Amino acid sequence: MAEHFAASPNWTWYILGYFFLGGVTGGTYAVATALRLWGAPEDERIARIGYLIAFPVLLVCPILLTLDLGKPLRFWHMLVSATPDAGGLMFKTVSPMSVGSWALVIYGIFAFLSFVEAFLGVTNRTVRVPRPWVLAFNCVGAVLGLFVASYTGVLLSVSNQPIWSDSWTLGGLFLASGLTGSAALLAALAYHVRAVDTEGRLERADGLFAVLELAWIVFLIVEVGIAGALSRLFQGGYPALWALVAIGLIASLLGLSRTRLADVGARGGARLSYALGLAPAVVILAGVFALRAAIIFTAQV
Amino acid sequence: MAQPVGFFTDTSICIGCKACEVACKEWNRLPGNAPRFLDSYDNTGSLGAENWRHVQFHERVPDAASSAGNGQAWLMMSDVCKHCQQASCMEVCPTGAIIRTEFDTVFIQQDVCNGCRYCIAACPFGVIGFSERTNTVHKCTFCYDRLQAGMMPACAQACPTQSIKFGPLADLHKLADERLATLHAQGITNAQLYGRDSSVYGGLNAFFLLMDKPETYGLPNPQNATLPRRNNAGGYIGALVTAVLGGLGALVAFRNRGRKTDTPATGAEGQG
Repeated sequence: MAEHFAASPNWTWYILGYFFLGGVTGGTYAVATALRLWGAPEDERIARIGYLIAFPVLLVCPILLTLDLGKPLRFWHMLVSATPDAGGLMFKTVSPMSVGSWALVIYGIFAFLSFVEAFLGVTNRTVRVPRPWVLAFNCVGAVLGLFVASYTGVLLSVSNQPIWSDSWTLGGLFLASGLTGSAALLAALAYHVRAVDTEGRLERADGLFAVLELAWIVFLIVEVGIAGALSRLFQGGYPALWALVAIGLIASLLGLSRTRLADVGARGGARLSYALGLAPAVVILAGVFALRAAIIFTAQV
Repeated sequence: MAQPVGFFTDTSICIGCKACEVACKEWNRLPGNAPRFLDSYDNTGSLGAENWRHVQFHERVPDAASSAGNGQAWLMMSDVCKHCQQASCMEVCPTGAIIRTEFDTVFIQQDVCNGCRYCIAACPFGVIGFSERTNTVHKCTFCYDRLQAGMMPACAQACPTQSIKFGPLADLHKLADERLATLHAQGITNAQLYGRDSSVYGGLNAFFLLMDKPETYGLPNPQNATLPRRNNAGGYIGALVTAVLGGLGALVAFRNRGRKTDTPATGAEGQG
């Protein structure tokens, strides 16, 4: 049994939004890179879309973080020391917030350059960099993206808050969840542009990521149970959020082919058909959001 | 470096007068707060952005008058920032606003703090609070300004029973050991020192003589007194394992060139 007497940091909607978008930006970049590394040639189209999404989503992230600060104009104090007589760069390896601030900056550079490269590709202009170099660049960016999608979970657990610090699973859990959401998002876009084979591959990946996520949720429940905080995790109305998480997980695990769903819905007309095709992504992303909301809020009530 | 200073708060002689709270607010020009009506005579409630000393009241009046109370019926304790040797707040602060001073105290630099509130998430004692007035976080400064002027902190100066003792840490340790021995010799076996040795956060510069176990006072016992950094390794390793397994999953999923079927058990068809 763990006993906590800590106060709550009052991290709410801005932080929740950032956790969600951080998972999406890092996840889409990583999945896009995986498509380029291991996918078929026709997957390149969706990979480019992934890079085109990752950067704008990333841009919103520091805005949300800055707005959450008590003194937003001092956001740069996370990167450069403002202590008198102790200037220089600010970097503390034991503080995930410090490490993550720098990871966001460096990942941002990769996300931007990949955005440019994808944009040039999509508009049929040549990128005068040999493909292996592009791939190597993508790989480094993907590692950074995976870090961005996961370190927020580590940050929560490096604290003395109930639930968060009772477990070390949150880093892996947030990453797995971000990957399912990103794969689902890209699958929906593949469906939209009728890249059926790419869509199928992404749905399969989504299912495998969901297995990881489910495993981490089980570990989390076990650890939180050992700490005696399960009733807090499922208190009040929060089981509704957990139900959303479960529904999203089921949608990923079933690997519902959006194309097939659309075929089923075709009997109801084109609009219903299209909506059904998009439904899995909406449900899965709602689950990704709900997971973070449940974990962030139940610890602070 | 000046020698380490500390607070030895002897709760066995606290009378709950709250002169420490008032003196702290006066010296630091903190606003008064509206009383909180809890199930207690304690109307301050907790430490926070504008309460850097908080006298806890634990009214455990027995139903029937039994023996002399021996300081057991009402427990009072002037709570404060513990100025830990291993400070959770300091290790997570991403701006370096929280520093160790030349007096071995833990101090929040108000012109560096940007109000991210990570320290609040980290402090195991719930000491730090966020101020809507300054949009930064605050806690006991150990009267840094008074120390630099060779004065003692306001709370220690005001305490009428010298429940709050101030001085070089080594001297306070000796005093505390003697006081504990005296109480034990009087048969008050519940008396215990908290933060005197290194079992709690490496030792607390503001340590206590308590009249009951730490949990009664909202203090974590040595098993629960853990630093935030303990979860760094597990967290990052978990993320790394997920990344590797996720990569493998993507590899398996993307190399499958066949049409997607509804039976996931079939192996990958076609070449990888």
